[in-house]
Amino acid sequence: MSEDGVKKFLYVNRKAPYGTIYAQEALEVVLIGAAFDQDVSLAFLDDGVFQLTKGQDTKGVGLKNFSPTFNALGDYEVTKLYVEQESLDERGLSVDDLQDIQYEDEDDDWAEKPSIIVVSRSQMADVMAEQDVILSF
Amino acid sequence: MAYDVNGTAVEHDEEGYITNLSDWSQELAGVIAQAEEIEMTDEHWAVVNFLRDYYEEYQIAPAVRVLIKAIKKSMGPEVGNNKYMYELFPYGPAKQACKIAGLPKPTGCV
Repeated sequence: MSEDGVKKFLYVNRKAPYGTIYAQEALEVVLIGAAFDQDVSLAFLDDGVFQLTKGQDTKGVGLKNFSPTFNALGDYEVTKLYVEQESLDERGLSVDDLQDIQYEDEDDDWAEKPSIIVVSRSQMADVMAEQDVILSF
Repeated sequence: MAYDVNGTAVEHDEEGYITNLSDWSQELAGVIAQAEEIEMTDEHWAVVNFLRDYYEEYQIAPAVRVLIKAIKKSMGPEVGNNKYMYELFPYGPAKQACKIAGLPKPTGCV
């Protein structure tokens, strides 16, 4: 934990967006937790990478398409979405299949910057190792 | 529990948020505002319309902190500040304005 009392929180998303409620609830927890001014990042691995795909259409399953909400994360100062390269590869996905999620950098004249950071499995392990709190969904 | 909009009943929950988001109309917003003892001005409508656009784009009602920051950015600091927003909506800009806008209770509101 840093001296100013800010902890590093990582929310780990491993599940596909609509088969269970985990993905949507995780996002809800992130938005609620963002009020506490902590250093929050998200990780997407295994089927969790499907949560970020473009062009989701949930009409057939009768659930709310919550994927647009990822684009609001920047407003909540959540600007680091780590995506595991191997998980994409194993599912035949590439970063081009994911939404182009951006945040506006207040300290850089509101320049739009990408939130998604693609990392290898071993880099993901490093990201996890430096956290104070990891919450798995 | 329901609001009465020209004789049509529109269901709401125990806190006054409407049950079906698609029931919303400008007339309904006026009825909800009256129940909240708010007289709607252009400034109130600007915030309500902003919230509806935000929900349309992101599928969430923003937390008050996020709302004020976003309004500051799009409408300027004379509107997007705590004092002014609480003058418009004394019981909380996010809570009351979302209710009038026909949105769910803001995420992160307990």
